[in-house]
Formats: sequence, structure tokens, C-alpha cells
Amino acid sequence: MVSTSENTTVGKPASEPMLPRLYRIQRVHLETDDTFTLHLLPAQDEMGSSFAPGQFNMLYVFGTGEVPLSISSNPSDSPLLQHTTRAVGTVTKAMRRLGRGAMVGIRGPFGSSWPLEQAVGRNVLVVAGGIGLAPLRPAIYQLIAQRERFQRVVLLYGTRSPEDILYRQELEHWRGKFDLEIQVTVDRAASTWRGNVGVVTTLIGRSPIDPLNTVALVCGPEIMMRFSVIELEKRGLAAQHIYLSMERNMKCGIGFCGHCQFGPLFVCKDGPVFRFDRIEAVLGKPEV
Amino acid sequence: MKRGPLHVHDKVIVESLHFEHLLHNLSAQGYELIAPTIRDNAIVYDRLSSSNELPSGWTDEQQGGKYRLKRRPDNALFGYAVGPDAWKKFLHPPIRLLWQAKRDSNSFQVLPEDHSCPKYAFIGVRSCELHAMAIQDRVFLSEPYVDPSYKSRRERVFIVAVNCGVAGGTCFCASMKTGPRVTSGFDLLLTEVLRDERHYLVTEIGTELGATVLAEVPNEPATEFDNHFVETILSNTTSHMGRDLDTEGIKDLLYRNYENPRWDATATRCLTCSNCTMVCPTCFCTTVEDVTDLAGQYAERWQKWDSCFTMDFSYIHGGNVRATTKSRYRQWLTHKLATWIDQFGTSGCVGCGRCITWCPVGIDLTEEVRAIRESELAATRSNPGGKDHDAQP
Amino acid sequence: MMHSLESIIREHPFFQGLEDPYIQLIVECAKNVRFDEGKVLFRQNEPADHFYLIREGLVAVELMIPHRGFTTVLTAGGGEVLGWSWLFPPYRWYFDARALEPTRALAFDGKCLRTKCDEDHDLGYEFFKRFARIMTQRLEATKLQLLDLYGVNV
Repeated sequence: MVSTSENTTVGKPASEPMLPRLYRIQRVHLETDDTFTLHLLPAQDEMGSSFAPGQFNMLYVFGTGEVPLSISSNPSDSPLLQHTTRAVGTVTKAMRRLGRGAMVGIRGPFGSSWPLEQAVGRNVLVVAGGIGLAPLRPAIYQLIAQRERFQRVVLLYGTRSPEDILYRQELEHWRGKFDLEIQVTVDRAASTWRGNVGVVTTLIGRSPIDPLNTVALVCGPEIMMRFSVIELEKRGLAAQHIYLSMERNMKCGIGFCGHCQFGPLFVCKDGPVFRFDRIEAVLGKPEV
Repeated sequence: MKRGPLHVHDKVIVESLHFEHLLHNLSAQGYELIAPTIRDNAIVYDRLSSSNELPSGWTDEQQGGKYRLKRRPDNALFGYAVGPDAWKKFLHPPIRLLWQAKRDSNSFQVLPEDHSCPKYAFIGVRSCELHAMAIQDRVFLSEPYVDPSYKSRRERVFIVAVNCGVAGGTCFCASMKTGPRVTSGFDLLLTEVLRDERHYLVTEIGTELGATVLAEVPNEPATEFDNHFVETILSNTTSHMGRDLDTEGIKDLLYRNYENPRWDATATRCLTCSNCTMVCPTCFCTTVEDVTDLAGQYAERWQKWDSCFTMDFSYIHGGNVRATTKSRYRQWLTHKLATWIDQFGTSGCVGCGRCITWCPVGIDLTEEVRAIRESELAATRSNPGGKDHDAQP
Repeated sequence: MMHSLESIIREHPFFQGLEDPYIQLIVECAKNVRFDEGKVLFRQNEPADHFYLIREGLVAVELMIPHRGFTTVLTAGGGEVLGWSWLFPPYRWYFDARALEPTRALAFDGKCLRTKCDEDHDLGYEFFKRFARIMTQRLEATKLQLLDLYGVNV
């Protein structure tokens, strides 16, 4: 298996960022009713650039279109790529109909990444909502791979219902094996669910965290992130220690099309991962 | 009258009747000439075959939502301000094929387009337009991503710039410090002079290439008087600007006023027709369109101009972030005059006035900024001890 | 190790900052309770005589919805409060509650507390201040829960 070598550039895309490279689908895994994960390998026997957790690719389905999707695989499994998405729009629905062996186009990796270096020696609190767990998964893999560099590592994961839990096997694996605290909650459940019920922000309130020595990585629907940040700040975390992953309409991924602007920031190149104090003022403004 | 070789910064006189000679030299060197010409009652930029096609003797009358051509009493070649076209039409084309793809059993092949394009010579580029090009250079030519098509067009273009002898009805380059004087970025710079029965162009050499092209054209050294006359023309143009914009603290002003009621008022007028973004020389937003043939065997990706005024410009997750007219107008203005500064280090506006002229309802961004400033002053007047708003983006 | 009821109350986050004299007053209304996994704490419409401060464990608040079955609306764990039906008439539970894990809690007699709060308004204020806080937090969280944030088209 190809491991990262000096030739593999981490996080830097191919020289022609506007041209898709071909990747073949190895596997389509159904996570839930409407969410699936594509497992991809480069079509050519190229090194393939690795990526940093938090980055995204633009995925192209022949003749249909392109969508930005966070990379959700383990960076050290590169050149393997995994992308988890819901089938909700034209392109993702077309993607859902592709099977093993089909080809997709990939442009990327683009964007900023989860700043794990900032968290070295500190506690790491990962707060994920719904499909927001997908862009955080690569960070979790890296936290586990370098576990000794961090203090407590806590994952708080909220989703709609037990049927919507992503990466179920992995969560169990992580829970059992590693020095990683995991709390899962759902918004609603039948009584057969024996875990937490309630929004993920309530888990923040209950989690014993040292506010002065913790870095928080937050990803999920925008409202969930905003309220999570409120809870984190109530617990005493400074804005400089909270990171969010934002999402906006993208047509290019490289700062040319103008669609992803968020105040003065381009989500594709200044983000998608942002330190909270940088976006605090714009985040609260409606329709910006 | 031939003399020794010309050098950068030299200033010479070219008689207007010899201007054709310059154009001919450019064509001979393989340049496709793009110049102002009249089409559909407007002065647009299009391919030129001879100097006869220039809008000689014409000028324009521009106001909010109004553009008319009028005859001049003379035969000035450049006696008008700017029309609805910007040079971005050629550097950053409205429609461009990015690549093609061909299906191949369970796979497909991507066939890149080469970035070849004609060698353009832009004739009659104004100072505001040179600034606009420099602004778009920062968008498309900065690290880490460079647009290869823009780069190759930009590098190959020959620029014959013109100092404006006429200030347009909606011009405010003086406020934006982007003109009317052309200071750099040209191969040749012309200032048209019509006086005492004479008609000539004071021509400054900007580059070695400019010198080469001009070398075969009859010319004489410019005199002190000529240079002085150029100054007079420029200062006359400067003092006749149709509009002005106070740029003092404008970024923070707009950052403070996201909730100013002025936006709601203007939103009742704005049609979100996106004319302003089409005519603006710095607006650069695009979208992509993926198309296939009927059999689904062959696909193309096209890049097209887009506008932040469109309904689904900001579409995600089944909704638009900026659904209301107010939010879209606010986005455009705040981007152009404020967030652009944080993004690219300069204002996005060059004071050309096109957005004012070509807005069907005559929305004037200089008036919008003035109104927002006024509203702040009014607030402090009626509340003298009150706190200032926080200046935050 | 056995802790005195008083020390348990003092340590519980809900009573943080409550002065000693008040703690003495409410001890009289409190008792230590334990629920095995699966035990029902209360059912809808039963008299709401108590409220619970969970010390450790997990309790599901649920409702039997016709055609849908038992649905959990929220869970309460260690450090959290369960029940405010005791505050106002008709003093009846709105939901069912069931222990999902072995759970230890402090049960407070509602009538006893109401009487003491009527007698000592300062105690009443301290109590209701804390309760109001819990309720606003719960209400905000419930609003978020209702938004169905993870649904499609959010």
C-alpha cells in the first residue's frame, strides 16, 4: 500500500485545479436511509495527493455536475478517499445511483483544516451534529493515531434519531478500544433506544471540561454550531479555542466564482474550517 | 519624420490622420484590435478593422438609468466616457468552455481546453479601466490559484490607453483615486488634443513593445506646451466629475451598517436585474454549467458570468442564504466597497459610473453611501451623548 | 462509602451556592432513592409528589403515542433535574419516566418543599431561582430539538 512519502504533497491540489482527476468507486456504503459513503481510489496509479482533516473535494458526476464534499477518510489511508453525503440534490442523487467500478471526477483537496497542532498538550472536545461528523472523522483518526500528544479526547455526537447514526461500527470500535470518551444523543427515539435523548448542546453542559486547556472542534448545521458555541462559551472556552466548519454554495472551490463568500471570507479558501473569533461577527448576521 | 529610437517615458506627437498607421502596425504584428465603436446606440468594445469605425465626433450623456449618444462639434476620436462594455469581456469572457469529457464504457476521459486566445490590442483604455484590470489581476493571478486562461489573455494584451478628455455624467474616478490620469499599465498612452485647427495625440511610451509599435508611425517630440496642455485637459476632466464618493472610513462605515434601514428602502427600487454586475469592470463572479449530448456520451463544462443578484446564487440545503432583495443588494454594495478591501487590499470600485448609468431605476451607489453616512450623523445629532456603534465586520 | 444526605445535597450542582441554613431546611424533605434498570419512576397523570435530582444514571422521559409506540422525548442524567409538575396544581405528571440504567437520585417531597417555601420566602426565592434556570435551559434545548436541525433541507 502506498504510504505518504516526500513526493506526496499534503493538502496541495494538482497543478490544474480546474480539471477533475479520475477516481474509481471501490465501494458504496449505505450509512442510513438517505446517506451514503463512497470509497474511492485514483484511476491512474498516481501517488495522489493526501489531504488534511477538514479539507474538501469537488466531486464530479459525468454530465450532471459537481458538489463540494468534505473528505471523511483517514488521511493515512491516502490515496484512498471517502466521501459521505446525503442524496438530496441532482448531483448527489445521481451519485447515489453510481455503483462499484464507476468513475467520478475529483478536484481538490481544497480549503483549511482542523488545527490539531493547536490542540497538542490540551484536551480536545469534538462536537458533531448530524452529517457534521463526516468532516470531523479524519481529525478523530489523527487524534487517535497520535493519542499521546493530547490530553482528554471527547466526542459529543448528536443526530436526529438512532437510525441516523453514522459510522456506527467505528463509534463502537472507538468507544471500546481507545482512550476516547464518546457521548451520543438523538433528538428523538423510540423507547428501545437506551442512550441520551436531547440536543447535543445539552451534552456540552454536562461534559466535565477544563475551559482553559481545551480546544473545541465543532461541525454540523449552522444553527447547531451557533448554539454549541454558546454552550462552550458558557463553560468558559475562549473564542480563540473554538473551531467551526462552515458551508456555502460553491461552484469552483478555488476563490474564483465568488459564490461562497461569507462576509469578507471565502469559505473555499479562507475556510471551511474557521477559528470562531474570526467569524463571530458575521455568523450572527442574518442573510449575510 | 524619422529620428532615433524611442524609449520608455518618451512623449511624442502623432497627428490624428496618422493614427490609422498605428492601428495598422498592430494588426500587422498579429494583434486583433478591440476598440470603441457604435453598436445599437451605444459605444461598445468590439473588433475594429479601421479607425473609421471609431466613434469619431460622438460623445455620451450619462445619468442614473440614462445613456444617450450625442454629436460633438468636432471629430474627437475619444470624446466620450465609458459605455456598457468593460474589457473584462475579453479577459474574463462571459462564456468559456473549461473542458470536455468523453464517456468510455464505465469510465470517462477529461479533455482539457488549451488556453489559446487571440492576441488582443485594446484601443482606448481609460485609467479607471486599467485599475479595474489590476483589481481583477489580484483575483485571478494570486497564489495559490491562478486562472490560466485569464493569465494568458492578460499577458498577451497590448494596451493603448487614453487620458480622459471628457468626464462622464456618472464618473467619479477622482474620488476613487483611479483617474482620470493614467499612470501605469500601458504600452502606449494617448491624450487627444483638438485646438487651433489641429488634431493630434500626445503619445507617451509605456513599454519597449509600445516603442517598437510606434516606431514606424510618423511622430515628433512633444513640446513643453503639449505636456502642459495635457495637464490642463486632465485637470479640466477632474473638475467635471459627474459624481463623488467620500471613501473616508468607508469599510468600517458599511461594516457598522448591516442593519441600516436604507437597505430596505433601496430594496423597494432594486429589480435584482443584475445589470450593475454585468457592466461593472471588476465584478468577476461566475457559475459553471455541465451539459451533455442526448446520448450522454459526451459532456462539457462551461463557465459563465453570474451575479450575486440571482435568486439562487447563495443556494444551499434547499434554501438561499440571501433570499431577499435587500440582502442581495447589500451583499453587492458591501462587497464592492468594503469586504473587497479585506479580501484583495483595494476597493472593488473604480468610479466608472457604469452601475449608475445602466441601472434601470437609477440606483446610485454614491447616493447610497451618502445616505448611510447621513443616517449615522443624524443619529448622533439626535442622540449627542449616545454610544457609537461598534465597528465590526 | 455512605455520605450524609446533607453532604449529598450540598455537593449537587443544583444547590450550588445555597447557604447552610437553607440546606438544613430542605434536608427534611429529601430522601435517597435508587432505581434499578427498567424501573418506572412515574407515569403520566399519577400524582406528582416528588421531584428528583439525579446523582448518577440515566432516566428516559417518555410518552406513549398511539400508533407510534413509546417515544423518548428526553433523557436526564447525573446532575440533572427531573420533574416540575410538583410546583403548580394539579400536581400530576405529564410524562412517563423510566430508568435506562441503575440510577441513584435524591427525591424531594413536593408538599414538604411547597410548605417550607410558603413559610420562608427567602428559601422560596433561592429554590425558584434555581428551578427557573433549569426550566429556561430545558426550554431552549427543547426549541432546538423541535427545529429538527438534522432533517433534510435545514
